[in-house]
Amino acid sequence: MRRLEGHYVGAVPHNRALNLRVVDYSPEHLSLALPYREDLVGNPETGVLHGGCITSLIDGTCGGAVILSLAAPRRVATLDLRIDYVRPALPHQEVVCDAHCYKVTRHVAFVRATAHHGDKMRPIATASGTFVVSRDARRRTEEEGLT
Amino acid sequence: MRLRDAVVSVRASGDFTALQEAIPYAQFMGITAELVDGDVIGRMRYSDHLVGNATVPALHGGTLGALMETTAIFKLLWRGETTTVPKTINITVEYLRSACPQDVLARAEFTRCGRRVANVRVFAWQDDPNHPVAVASAHFLLVPE
Repeated sequence: MRRLEGHYVGAVPHNRALNLRVVDYSPEHLSLALPYREDLVGNPETGVLHGGCITSLIDGTCGGAVILSLAAPRRVATLDLRIDYVRPALPHQEVVCDAHCYKVTRHVAFVRATAHHGDKMRPIATASGTFVVSRDARRRTEEEGLT
Repeated sequence: MRLRDAVVSVRASGDFTALQEAIPYAQFMGITAELVDGDVIGRMRYSDHLVGNATVPALHGGTLGALMETTAIFKLLWRGETTTVPKTINITVEYLRSACPQDVLARAEFTRCGRRVANVRVFAWQDDPNHPVAVASAHFLLVPE
């Protein structure tokens, strides 16, 4: 878990700035948590986190799920990401994102994700993303930071 | 300054500083806005913590989404379409090319602004507005005045 944290959080400056934490992983699945912080609040009247940091959490988790599902290291870049906010986020609670890479083709990977406060059955947001997978790792095998 | 007062101040002066200061996440991200030829142009100032891939190097995709969502919200507040921060119903971000480690600008277009829902397209670029790094389409739930 610690090694994975170095890979997905330590090597990615913005994930590190958000203090993302690896909660769980398996081939094709990754869960990252975004701890609640006052400086990430989007609406000071409600104290709820800004959608932007939830976008970053979901993008980072989905990209990580793609990398976990690949047989060999490849460069991965987000092609598109759709997020539906299905329930208001609550203040003072961390947000967990579970991402599942359900299909990888030669060039493209498809991911679904949900974000919640700990209860997967009560999502705050659902998302689907597609990622471009570069064909060869070239000399970039160490760069698998998520963009 | 309370958010509502910040919105009033921005509408009166066209200076978005008060709004940025009232929204903690906008400060954390270095996101602000200014009026250029009567339109709201969002800007995310480059900072090392915005990087997603340190080797390329490229900005984190989530930060571009954050800038575009924030620019749309700033424009909705400035135009008086809503009194409180509008709720994002959904946002789709298309990434067109990797973003270099430098400032990113964004402009929002309202496809339709109804009483309850605004349909918005947002374009983000670095050097050339005709060469966007990302585009977004989003829906916001409004609280009319």
